[in-house]
Amino acid sequence: MMANGRGRLRIPKIPVRTVVIHAIAWGIGLLWLFPFLGVFMTSIRPVTEILNGWWVTNPFNPTLQNFQTAFTDPTTPMWRGLRNSFIVAIPSTFLPIFIASLGAYGFARFRFPMRDYLFLTIVLFMAIPQQMVAIPIFVTMINAGLWDTFLGVILVHTAWALPWILLFMRNFFQTLPLEVEEAARVDGASDFRIFYKIVLPMSLPALAAVAVLQFMWVWNDFFFAKVLLFSSQNLVATQLVPLLSEAGPFHKDQGILSAASIVVMIVPIIVFATMQRYYIRGMIGWTIKG
Amino acid sequence: MSAKGERAKRSLSSSFQPYLRVIFFVPATVLLIFLVVYPAIQTLLLSFYHPSGAFAGLDNYGSVLGNRQTIDTSDWSIPYGTLINNFLWIAIHLPLSLFTGLYLALTLQKVRGASIVKSFIFLGMVTPMIVGGIILRFLFDEKSGIVPRAFGLLGISGLAIQWTAYPETLLFGLIFGSVWLWVGFSLIVYSAGLTTIPRDYFEAAQMDGASAWQTFRKVTWPLLRPTTLTVVTMTILWELKLFDIVFAATNPNGGVGGAADVLALQMFRYAFMAGNFNDAAVVATLLTGLTLLVSTWMFKRIIIGKGKNAGRLQRALRRLWARAKPLGRVLKA
Repeated sequence: MMANGRGRLRIPKIPVRTVVIHAIAWGIGLLWLFPFLGVFMTSIRPVTEILNGWWVTNPFNPTLQNFQTAFTDPTTPMWRGLRNSFIVAIPSTFLPIFIASLGAYGFARFRFPMRDYLFLTIVLFMAIPQQMVAIPIFVTMINAGLWDTFLGVILVHTAWALPWILLFMRNFFQTLPLEVEEAARVDGASDFRIFYKIVLPMSLPALAAVAVLQFMWVWNDFFFAKVLLFSSQNLVATQLVPLLSEAGPFHKDQGILSAASIVVMIVPIIVFATMQRYYIRGMIGWTIKG
Repeated sequence: MSAKGERAKRSLSSSFQPYLRVIFFVPATVLLIFLVVYPAIQTLLLSFYHPSGAFAGLDNYGSVLGNRQTIDTSDWSIPYGTLINNFLWIAIHLPLSLFTGLYLALTLQKVRGASIVKSFIFLGMVTPMIVGGIILRFLFDEKSGIVPRAFGLLGISGLAIQWTAYPETLLFGLIFGSVWLWVGFSLIVYSAGLTTIPRDYFEAAQMDGASAWQTFRKVTWPLLRPTTLTVVTMTILWELKLFDIVFAATNPNGGVGGAADVLALQMFRYAFMAGNFNDAAVVATLLTGLTLLVSTWMFKRIIIGKGKNAGRLQRALRRLWARAKPLGRVLKA
């Protein structure tokens, strides 16, 4: 600003301040990326090359050996962890979205006594830490024969997701115009028909935002999985990572651990990269424009 | 119908199959009761009983709070115990990540390629925290970790060590390291908050000759208050619920001498390694007490607000919902 006031130079003079700000911002951005770069570099090289740091590039022999080892581990192969994570995460995304949207529509549109107090209570459930429910759920699941099964974890994730999706979707439904629904009602459509045929299709952007967040949350979850999944063939991807670092009398080498870490985090990163708009919107909410 | 046009604004007419409407709530209610309400109450009850089944009153609370794993102030050196560690996390990690995020959000407003930088920084939030913990361990490795090596280059040999092997460097390394993972949150929320401030405000401030700092102090910061409240609450909740990072970066005991131990990890250890459900329930209840305290504090701040006329519950609740939205993502993490 200050530097521009002088004359009419044809080449715009870039103020020093702007350069400094850009340098700081990009510097911090790259600094933040640095640890990820380290994991990546470690994962694609034999362990002997990285003993003195991944930044030492002499010698530099990239290889996929670490990934192969992680994927073919005899007891806990990574491919099975990934498969299990998908088996858990996909139903745990869609089931709660459906159930909570149904309830959220009720909270948004129907009138009944104590409605707002009930809703406030459910919202407060979000503050409860997983540790508060872990023991009774663990015992109940054993008694119900659902411990160490995918169904058990899916049910827990579903219930656990309901409060925030209820809150999110109710707020969204309230922004939808009532006129369309009223018109359909005049035509004799039932509540359910209106919900499926009119409200849900109109809510697709919001549902996408919820789906992205919920999928990532379930994928990244470690605690519930740790409590509820036990057999080596049932472990999800996040559970395999610490296992790889503890297995055996010695720590397994960093290369394999890095490869496993990359494989586990690549899924949420891809989801984030492709659905970023929805992710940010889901996180910020619909009032603040994002 | 015309008589209640006023009411119809917020709800559909209920003359139509009202009893069927219950079905909308049934699946959610059943799941919430069986997998949230019932277990939470059960845990609360467990905390008041001995493992033998005899009523214990507050005995378990006394023994857990008196345990050095929870609070260790014997010599005011590490380990401090889980409860104090969680508070340490709040005391150090909260201001650091909040102000770093705010500073970046303000700076990036004028930067080309800001969205790319934001994505880089946000990666820490997208990464599974269990992987985050592993990466922190790599960073602090004496030989192949960049942090000790950097201190070595700077000639600070006291920090050119295996950070995870010493209580002080382990605890503070993890706290600072988790700033790296979490800054993306405050950055994104503040960035969104900044877009809600009308440009005229800044232009007016500039015309009045306000300095950058004055503009920030008198315009930006007060207007970002609701955003700050969100970031503070969410970050504190995250710090209280901390589990994965510590588990992955150290071990189920919280690292050397339990230096980095936290409440959630202690609960896990008691319940699923020592098999002491009752002491675990005490830790879980204490943790829940803290998270509920923080959440209700936020709700209250919003409900009471600034004006005196904000007392009407209905209006207050409506404002609450409007502002509580970003809660969704992080409260449950």
